[in-house]
Amino acid sequence: MTGVLPIALQESTKALQALLAGGKEYICVMKLHGDIEYEKVIRVFKEFVGEIYQRPPLRSSVKRQVRTRTVYYNHVLQIKERNVLFRMGCQAGTYVRKIAHDIGEVLGCGAHIVEIRRTRSGFYTENNSLVTLHDLSDAYAYWKEGDEQPLSSSILPMETAVELLPKVWVKDSAVGAICHGAHLAVPGISKLNSRIRERDLLAVITLKDELVALGEAQISGEKMVEEDHGIAAKTVRVIMAVNAYPKAW
Amino acid sequence: MKELTHPWRVERETLTRSEAETDPKYGCQPGSRPLAEHIRYGFVNIDKPAGPSSHEVTAWVKRIMGVNHAGHGGTLEAHKAGEIQA
Repeated sequence: MTGVLPIALQESTKALQALLAGGKEYICVMKLHGDIEYEKVIRVFKEFVGEIYQRPPLRSSVKRQVRTRTVYYNHVLQIKERNVLFRMGCQAGTYVRKIAHDIGEVLGCGAHIVEIRRTRSGFYTENNSLVTLHDLSDAYAYWKEGDEQPLSSSILPMETAVELLPKVWVKDSAVGAICHGAHLAVPGISKLNSRIRERDLLAVITLKDELVALGEAQISGEKMVEEDHGIAAKTVRVIMAVNAYPKAW
Repeated sequence: MKELTHPWRVERETLTRSEAETDPKYGCQPGSRPLAEHIRYGFVNIDKPAGPSSHEVTAWVKRIMGVNHAGHGGTLEAHKAGEIQA
């Protein structure tokens, strides 16, 4: 198992919760335990798109009860003898080895995953400053020798972690209060993304695009534009340093 | 081939409630943070090698970067030989 593993440093660990719900993409090699015709494999793979039922495996980190997960796409790229290469996009918490096993059951021959690589975790992909531990270690050594560039370009701002969340831009005057744990009131909002629904997890950001906090929408986006007062979002997690912006209340 | 809308394809527009200016005296655009700040408020997108667990890789990153705190988002191979959860 290799591939994309976003790791938060220091203060940005507070933003990790935004990542947990992010969708994932894998590229895998599956081994069939029998000879199955090409068309049948393709047909069965298509059945495993959309909502699927899954009982977490014996060795898993969650309660072992059947739950549904969404597979966004499931493309067979190549079949060579009993090896099937495929790319799958799925909801967080989908057990990929289990899906491969279940596909094998439906095919009637059985199957297992031979190799698996994660190519996406939320916003983070292989094209997104992906670094090996080696690269990172070298970049750090360059920094100690006076060259900041390699390390600087190996690190992504924590704002990338909320890239896929709906955003609300708040005025400077609202930042201080939110950093002290206050909820976001409607008048504090300057701009917002469209299609925000009540209960959505939101990224509360400054007009300089800095992440202030994670919030939970209390009203829809339309109401955030129309209303004159009231709470727009509850502050779930404060991320910015308390004293970054002045107190304005 | 059958494909559903996935979360990384959702497109959002930006609506304005009330125009406002931001004071350059406070804060800093994410792309312009000095390196020490960039690390404190940073993520590394690690290409996890085969073998060690996500947890072990995180511990190595912590050591390489000399930071007190690090955490990963979404386990890749929690039990090594066992199952992975997206």
